[in-house]
Amino acid sequence: MNGIEQTLIGGVSGGTSILLPALGELISERAGVINLGTEGAMLAGALGSYAMTQSSGNIWLGIAAGIAGGALVGLAHAWLTVRRGGDQIASGLLLWFLALGVTSVYGTSYVGTVITPLSNIAIPGLHNIPWAGPILFDQDILVYASYFLVGIIWFVFYRTRVGLTLRATGERPEVVAATGGKPQLVQIAAITIGAGLGGLGGAQLSIGYVGNWFNDMTSGYGFVAVAVVLFAAWRPVRVLAGAYLFGIVLAAASVLQAHGVSINQYLLDAMPYLATLIVLALFARRGRSDTPEALTRSLSRSGT
Amino acid sequence: MPISRNRRVAGVLALALVAAVATACSSSGGSGGSGSSGSSSTAKQTVGFIMVGSNSDYGYNEAVYAASQKLAKDDPSVKVITADNIPENNAVTQTMQSMVDKGAKVIFATSYGYYAYAQKFAAAHPKVIVLHQGGFNTGKFTANFGTYWGQAFEPVSLGGMAAGGLTKTNKLGFVYAFPISQTIANIDAFELGAQSVNPAAKTYLVNTSNWCDPLKQKEAAAALIGEGADVLTQHQDCQATVIQAAKAAGKYVVGYHYDAESLDPSGWLTGSAWDWAPIYEAITKVALDGTFAGSKYNANFVGSFQDNDNPLTLASFGKSVPTSLQSKITAEETALKKPGASVFTGPITCQDGTTLVAAGKTMTYAQINAISCLVKGVVGTLPKS
Repeated sequence: MNGIEQTLIGGVSGGTSILLPALGELISERAGVINLGTEGAMLAGALGSYAMTQSSGNIWLGIAAGIAGGALVGLAHAWLTVRRGGDQIASGLLLWFLALGVTSVYGTSYVGTVITPLSNIAIPGLHNIPWAGPILFDQDILVYASYFLVGIIWFVFYRTRVGLTLRATGERPEVVAATGGKPQLVQIAAITIGAGLGGLGGAQLSIGYVGNWFNDMTSGYGFVAVAVVLFAAWRPVRVLAGAYLFGIVLAAASVLQAHGVSINQYLLDAMPYLATLIVLALFARRGRSDTPEALTRSLSRSGT
Repeated sequence: MPISRNRRVAGVLALALVAAVATACSSSGGSGGSGSSGSSSTAKQTVGFIMVGSNSDYGYNEAVYAASQKLAKDDPSVKVITADNIPENNAVTQTMQSMVDKGAKVIFATSYGYYAYAQKFAAAHPKVIVLHQGGFNTGKFTANFGTYWGQAFEPVSLGGMAAGGLTKTNKLGFVYAFPISQTIANIDAFELGAQSVNPAAKTYLVNTSNWCDPLKQKEAAAALIGEGADVLTQHQDCQATVIQAAKAAGKYVVGYHYDAESLDPSGWLTGSAWDWAPIYEAITKVALDGTFAGSKYNANFVGSFQDNDNPLTLASFGKSVPTSLQSKITAEETALKKPGASVFTGPITCQDGTTLVAAGKTMTYAQINAISCLVKGVVGTLPKS
């Protein structure tokens, strides 16, 4: 295995921990609600899935608990911002702090324990493709799930009535209301599903990738996910590209060092952020931006 | 005005959330306090311990907490109070003040970043004896201040011997956080230990710029394993990720901070584990006797193998380490305990070929504490600022 291949493999598995929450944030923001509580949803998902997997020994229950943990944070955010008209930024940050505190209290007893992380499943046939095979098709189940999710989200956004309603809610909620839709319900659903994906991203980190729990283990990657959505101009395929780019540059920093390459380490540390920012900013200037017009706007119960 | 009413309700809820967070924090911070042992009988003397992380982090902070509880158990005249999750800012000064208000005569500030606050607090409170764990004072000491630490690199070099003895690829992987001299000394000692049993062994470095970031640790471990390393070790606050990565890949691991053999019985070789209780007990005794001023603890105290008081000890051997190698390592441990012995005994050469220690010479602790060169056999560079 050479260094480049190794970097790409690490980039895809590490990048998935950014991709899943970023996809969730994308759904939420397309409905008009920023969720800075994504970091908190990831923590809740990481701990929920780890605790459930350890106590039940069943990885599927663990994955479900991860989604549920994130969705719970999302529900709280939805209630505060949509139903109560609270400020989206303030609510998101509060929920992040709350999740950090609660997971630290309940997670402490799991610190220092390990479980066997999700094993990689080589897809028959596909994993033998030179280059792409080992990188894309010898990963764990949550990585495969993320491939499908990108496709499903793209399809729902642009090819279905549900997606149209979702996007309309983020742009002109009054139009949705006028046509008999319920913008608030759309937002509540979008935030909850989105934060559920944030929880799944946390699960990919704790039970998928590293196989243990540590307080505040997401180290700010939930905020990276929010930033990726912004710089990806709210478009699913670009979100995928941004998350992988971040993961790949992050992995490259380790691989370069392990090969004894001499590069300024502080630059290496900044590279994932810099590279993602520059590339996505360059692309954002080209095509149109899909900034939802009604982003961060509080809606009344009638949707206006 | 439904919206403004909603806003008000949201404001109230936000306050409720803040209160909930505060409760969560204080309950975790207070768990140490409620764990304080002994009744508040008047004869008891109060000793306080302040920790930067959780008192059950399975690492550095838990070792501090466990030793503080042992002190309370071993010395019935001492009442121990603790506070954990105290950040390295003014909060530590407030914590020290509240401990003094509760009658604390001796305070142990156990995180590296507490140093300036502890020193300042000592100067302002001459009647309280303040100890700092890990700091090194190059200036004058007030009569009520001291630092203490141990020659961490000694057991690390023994771990290096185990790694060097068992590697088949002659590549050892070291995941570290920051290029501080304590870490550089550990990296060098690890490589020197490995070379002593296997001259071909090389140590490969990856840093994470974070004391505990599992995602980066995993990437680092994967990169080192991909490079061919078959033994991993680390200088991180949390070690589960690297152990798990080594276990999943069927590689060996040398631990740091605590004995984690149970996490990976077949991959665990050995490691370094903190045992602070003897130092805490010795310092507390001197401090409460009234003989602290001018004692060896009213200075930069450094425990070592040679003085038989190193707080960092060699952890247990895993079943993969053959008995012949085990006895080689314990023989070296015994040798290091002789007066004048040192891991850093020349000749030792830096990566660039310059001499670190000339033949027959040994480095002083002050020199090791300012070390900046990686020894020959270490692959990788340190970040330049």
